[in-house]
Amino acid sequence: MGTSTEKNIVQTIHDTLMDEMKRDDRVIVLGEDVGARGGVFRVTMGFLDEFGEERVIDTPLDECLIAGVGIGLAIDGMRPVAEMQFADFSFPGFNQIVQEAARIRYRSNGDFSVPMVIRAPYGGGVHGALYHSQSVEAFYAHVPGLKVVVPSTPYDAKGMLIQALEDPDPVIYLEHKKTYRLIKGDVPDERYTVPLGKAVIRRPGTDLTVVSYGLMHHFCVEAAERLSGDGIEVEVVDLRSIFPLDIDTVLESVGRTNKAMVVYEDNKFLGAGAEVAAQIAEHAMFELDAPIKRIAGPHVPAMPYAPTLEHWFMPSVDSLEQEMRKLADF
Amino acid sequence: MAKGTDRHTELGLKEEDLIEMYRFMLLARFCDERQWGLNRQGKAPFVVPVSGHEAAQVGSAWAFERGKDVFCPYYRDLALALVAGFTPKDVFLGLFGKKDDPSSGGRQMPAHWGAKDRNIITGSSPIATQCLHAAGIALSKKLKRSDAVVGTWCGEGGTSEGDWHGAMNFAGIHKLPLVLVVENNQYAISVHVSKQVAGNVHGRAAGYGMPGAVGDGNDVLEAYKLTKEAVDRARAGEGASLVELLTYRHYAHTSDDDDRTYRKKEEVEEWKAKDPIPRFEEYLRSVDMVDDAQIQQMRDEAKTTVGEAAIEAEAADFPDPSTAYDNVYAERVEVR
Repeated sequence: MGTSTEKNIVQTIHDTLMDEMKRDDRVIVLGEDVGARGGVFRVTMGFLDEFGEERVIDTPLDECLIAGVGIGLAIDGMRPVAEMQFADFSFPGFNQIVQEAARIRYRSNGDFSVPMVIRAPYGGGVHGALYHSQSVEAFYAHVPGLKVVVPSTPYDAKGMLIQALEDPDPVIYLEHKKTYRLIKGDVPDERYTVPLGKAVIRRPGTDLTVVSYGLMHHFCVEAAERLSGDGIEVEVVDLRSIFPLDIDTVLESVGRTNKAMVVYEDNKFLGAGAEVAAQIAEHAMFELDAPIKRIAGPHVPAMPYAPTLEHWFMPSVDSLEQEMRKLADF
Repeated sequence: MAKGTDRHTELGLKEEDLIEMYRFMLLARFCDERQWGLNRQGKAPFVVPVSGHEAAQVGSAWAFERGKDVFCPYYRDLALALVAGFTPKDVFLGLFGKKDDPSSGGRQMPAHWGAKDRNIITGSSPIATQCLHAAGIALSKKLKRSDAVVGTWCGEGGTSEGDWHGAMNFAGIHKLPLVLVVENNQYAISVHVSKQVAGNVHGRAAGYGMPGAVGDGNDVLEAYKLTKEAVDRARAGEGASLVELLTYRHYAHTSDDDDRTYRKKEEVEEWKAKDPIPRFEEYLRSVDMVDDAQIQQMRDEAKTTVGEAAIEAEAADFPDPSTAYDNVYAERVEVR
């Protein structure tokens, strides 16, 4: 048996990326403040000293450039890891990501490919207001050619980052900011991968299935634990990947519990959870004993700054517990 | 006519270079004429014309080393694609959207050039996005200690895009082995350069810490000279350059455009009188490289080649819809 170390998520991503750069010369990082500053969240702390300016590139303040230059590097055989400082700032690069990176394999009929990882801290609950809190997964997961993953534990953060680096196609690797230091766990010291596109049942249960990812996954587990005391056993599925979407794991679970709840922090309308709910309805309608319940953000720009307003926006453990109880009692 | 001054020897160009360059210009012109004909017959839904740009494209492309250097062109670059390794048949396979279209197997509109084995990087329709890819590839070449040079082309309208400025900025900061060529034909579809660029295109280079040259893009030797200086500079590790080539397109932006709404007939005629092909023929005659009979023979040969290529491509197979899910990802991902 290999050894393991307890780490938080941000430390795990730091260590994993450093190991991968030591292992493979083709891996380089580029982004704003990734060099001397070590990234605003410290993900690339110490990288400049370790790897030098050629492999740790402080780019100009231009997200379109970060994505576009990353694409060129990937086309020429490098393995760029492009950092969008905040997912909210990725939109100047949206055209390069969705029209170029995503489509290059298809539009060249397989002649070219873009093996690039785009890392982006996302999500709210960190007093980030309108431009440091957004959930962007639905925008990118909508686009054929991209993979969008959201690891929620240190174990998955490592295994999925390595898998993303090995993936021959562009991967948007989303890191929930609130989980960075909040979530700790044992991370094997040896190298391993976690497949992109496989959901996992974190907590088995019999009364209803709750599907979520990112920070919301942890809220769901906490709410489920509270209900367990009252004899309600909630099965909690961590999607881990928005695309590919492992709907089979979800359907299998719903087939046993006969009730489904989908929880996401993004605006409810057309968020990633809307697709999950639609697929449950499409493929498991007759398994259901209650209407599918979606718990998600309201249709206002994510998310207002004042603590009262931010709290109002985010689904909470309390509200989830309440909604789960209602669905269990349906 | 009077014997002209030899301008090509000091540029390092030999007689066979000039004959080949001329041949590529002819092939491009006749491909263009043929594709318009096919468009009028209803056989080609969409045409991007090149006529007028042949000297700018062949001259600039000739400055690169094929097989080593990398081309990131834009949609108007039919002549450039020919220099970089497309055959006329390849052009028409793309025009018809056939299975063996080297650029995309019939996935993209015509004129979206790309072929890995010819170092032509796949492009899209949004303007100037390829300039950033070119910068990334140039950075990769630099990291690998390769002496390959990357070229990227766009129109003067492309120089308004953030992608172009990003590429200029990054190439300037990192002294990348990159040459940015701008084929300034004065119109971005209908918008005149006076509403596109304050000052001029080549002057923008100064803001990015690189040299910017400008020249007559209808003179194939000048286009070659300016680009070659930039390529040599890049290969020597001295960094990126901007080359602006002044030219004009003879036809509308595409077959879906009507240029009569924004260009005066007199202006078009004035520029057609500066047609780069007769100009180059005049030069070739003046240095006794060809006579009228040889020019006629080369024209006939090029026309025949193009005609046959179009017929062969038209007879080729379309892609099978069963392949339409291929290459979205390396491995197919099912969506339920």
